[in-house]
Amino acid sequence: MTDAASQGPIIEMRAVDKWYGDFHVLKGIDLEVKKGERVVVCGPSGSGKSTMIRCINRLEEHQQGQIIVAGIELTSDIKNIEAIRREVGMVFQQFNLFPHLTVLQNLTLAPIWVRKLPRREAEETARLYLERVRIPEQADKYPGQLSGGQQQRVAIARSLCMKPEIMLFDEPTSALDPEMIKEVLDVMVELAREGMTMVCVTHEMGFARTVADTMVFMDRGEIVERGPPQEFFANPKSERTKLFLSQILAH
Amino acid sequence: MTDIDLARELHVTAEVTPPPATSGPIGWLRANLFSSVFNTVLTVLAVAFLALAIPPVVRWAVFDAVWTAASSRGCQGAGACWAFIGEKFRFILFGTFPYEEQWRPLFVVVIFIAVILASCDRRLWGVRLALLWLAGLAAVGILMWGGVLGLTYVPNEAWSGLPLTLILAVIGMAFAFPLAILLALGRRSRLPAVRAICVAYIELIRGVPLLTLLFMASVMLPLFLPTGMTIDKLLRAQVAIILFAAAYLAEVIRGGLQAIPKGQIEAADALGLSYTRRTRFVVLPQALALVIPPLVNTFIGTFKDTTLVIIIGLFDLLGTINASLNDASWRGTSVEAYVFGAAIYFCFCFFMSRYSQMLEREFNRGRRS
Repeated sequence: MTDAASQGPIIEMRAVDKWYGDFHVLKGIDLEVKKGERVVVCGPSGSGKSTMIRCINRLEEHQQGQIIVAGIELTSDIKNIEAIRREVGMVFQQFNLFPHLTVLQNLTLAPIWVRKLPRREAEETARLYLERVRIPEQADKYPGQLSGGQQQRVAIARSLCMKPEIMLFDEPTSALDPEMIKEVLDVMVELAREGMTMVCVTHEMGFARTVADTMVFMDRGEIVERGPPQEFFANPKSERTKLFLSQILAH
Repeated sequence: MTDIDLARELHVTAEVTPPPATSGPIGWLRANLFSSVFNTVLTVLAVAFLALAIPPVVRWAVFDAVWTAASSRGCQGAGACWAFIGEKFRFILFGTFPYEEQWRPLFVVVIFIAVILASCDRRLWGVRLALLWLAGLAAVGILMWGGVLGLTYVPNEAWSGLPLTLILAVIGMAFAFPLAILLALGRRSRLPAVRAICVAYIELIRGVPLLTLLFMASVMLPLFLPTGMTIDKLLRAQVAIILFAAAYLAEVIRGGLQAIPKGQIEAADALGLSYTRRTRFVVLPQALALVIPPLVNTFIGTFKDTTLVIIIGLFDLLGTINASLNDASWRGTSVEAYVFGAAIYFCFCFFMSRYSQMLEREFNRGRRS
């Protein structure tokens, strides 16, 4: 990308506020993510973590403050929004694969129509990424014929096919059966090792310890604490973080 | 060996080959016709009804029927007078189109059927099919009007019978469908003005019977036009049918749009797809596949609604059937004429419903999660 982006933070949120009606979901969020940084966001449910990362690619609109992604400020200008979405991949809790398209078509749709790649090239890239998420043999199946873990890996591959600068993960393993969580996390760990910039909302603390450069703890719409994982897990500063960690790590 | 073991053993062997009474024709009969006392009674009653009803119908339609006669005086028996259909079928099918030129509307019917059959092949969907439709409609226009390529000119007041029905129905649906998609999308638009226009249009048209719409198009519209300016009666009826069908189809399609989970739209957005592409590749294919049954329902309704144009003096298939009954030398043949007409309508409608079932199966393949 641009020089500015590689030097400064690639995601910058400054004093971001958001309300649902009267409910104040995000309160003065400040967050900076550098290129190649892996940020894991955790917190109790309803703390605004999903809302926060959905603001980064404008699936949710913020009402106050500034969000700058890859050097582009998010405004209501649809051109800016689409430019940012091209650079930001997102993986959802519910996979959200397109059920009427085959796996290969799911992977090539955006590269062909947004990146304007020739079909052949898009398909080559798609098969490459299917290989990387270890399901090359499923290319011609429909999403409904795959297991949850396989579907989520297809969803990750679908985002990667756009060659994004940043990947957002919104609780990617929360809808999976326990035995399928590992296969998805393995793919994510690999992605982290390759230097992808990642913002990840998850309750998988083992994963967080392995890959995170920065832990962010949110509660009631605020960022309560942030820091490197060793410190975050060993001696959390805030009482709320301590309580949350004791609950989530108890068993 | 205990009793339980024995039972288990028997159970296992029973699973290897199902007992004869649950499979094969006898098994089918037992499961479907005689599964309970109530069903057995229903089966017996149904068979009795068929035994009573079918023989007289067959006797009337086949054994006692008169196949050739010069006039209804030759048809004095108890059977059907198919001679009337033999005498009048060209008038019923092609109406007042010049007799020696009737190969032209025949070709038109063949072209319509061919284009419709081609449209059923999903591999052709796209630009090629659109071109085929354009070529087909151009050929239909040339054949019906003539005036070029050495064909004599036939004014569209002379168009009647089956070709007229097909023109009204097929062109009506072909134009109403895209219009309906736009209306349905517009009704869900974020722009209040677009939404208001679409809602007003749909509610207004749905609130008025087609008959009224046709009347307004044929009687009232000319009153508002400046003197000397006329719009062809057929065109006015065609436009009324398109506008009417579009309002109904739009509501059907909106039902499909509402059934698409929000996650699908978010996923498309997150990939950077624009509104148009998201709609074209993600939302519409899923929404339309969901509403195939009510869509086809509306199409079949539209096809049969074209018979209402008789009220403004256009002679569609039903119109030519009615006209054929006015012949003084053929009396008492209305049942035969309407049975013939009903059979033609049934063929088209039945085809549509079978095709929709096939489409549904195809769209649902591999999609069960």
